[in-house]
Amino acid sequence: MRARVLIRPKAGILDPQGKAVERALPALGFAGVANVHVGRLIELDVPDAALLPEMCEKLLANPLIEDYEILGEPR
Amino acid sequence: MTVGVVRFPGSCDETDAVLAAARVGDARLLWHADPDLHGVDAVVIPGGFSYGDYLRVGAIARFAPVMESVARFAGGGGLVLGICNGFQVLCEAGLLPGALLPNAGLRFVCRQVDVEVVNTGTPFTGACARGDVLSIPVKHTTGRFHAPDGVLERLEAHDQIVLRYAPGCNPNGSERDIAGVMNEAGNVVGLMPHPEHAVDALTGSADGLALFESMRDHVARAVAA
Repeated sequence: MRARVLIRPKAGILDPQGKAVERALPALGFAGVANVHVGRLIELDVPDAALLPEMCEKLLANPLIEDYEILGEPR
Repeated sequence: MTVGVVRFPGSCDETDAVLAAARVGDARLLWHADPDLHGVDAVVIPGGFSYGDYLRVGAIARFAPVMESVARFAGGGGLVLGICNGFQVLCEAGLLPGALLPNAGLRFVCRQVDVEVVNTGTPFTGACARGDVLSIPVKHTTGRFHAPDGVLERLEAHDQIVLRYAPGCNPNGSERDIAGVMNEAGNVVGLMPHPEHAVDALTGSADGLALFESMRDHVARAVAA
């Protein structure tokens, strides 16, 4: 199956990339933007979706600094 | 003493690490795909961009064949020093606590910083006095040391913080100004500053030599005992 994994910086950890984007948007005239966080999207074909949590724990994410969310088949 | 310096695809500081180690002993390169450590007395994981730093810094390098041997070597008490990308690799491999995050200022920093020796009881700082301030360069984008509060408390309690940036010198927003930490056993150390680039007054400072001299003295004492 085709799977997607969303990886985000853990809440509470300073996310300077998100801050930079948050500051850049008003400069382009987009007012009122807040709480921007920048993460990663990994798309992959896997034989067995049950393996995904272990893949995330061992490689795709670093659980110390990142949260991951496993999504199903993209529409 | 023979120091083995690992070369991954994308390493870039291994030559300086070999030259620095050669000032106090013998040094050789270890190839990432070769699990044989060739009988070295200490291992340096150098700076650079191992495997392109794809996914996360250090995330892929930890699976290199040589790293399994390094983990075994470390488990048996062998001396392992990770510098910059090497520090990131050791954290990803679980050989050191914590993780390195993008610099708080988001910029690549490349400058000489003052670092204070916090713990002189390690194989890498034995030649220093507590409170010594070393002038050593940093050059990184992802050097902000982070660990959960509980882990930071444990690091403090067990004297596992080896180097701190001197007041006003923290270049990346590292928690508690941490520049270098060690594992609980004390034989694995990681640091963001580059002592291998500070071994000759010609290039600004020879303060980094103290870490290599400490390593040499530690190995000599271990052999004598």
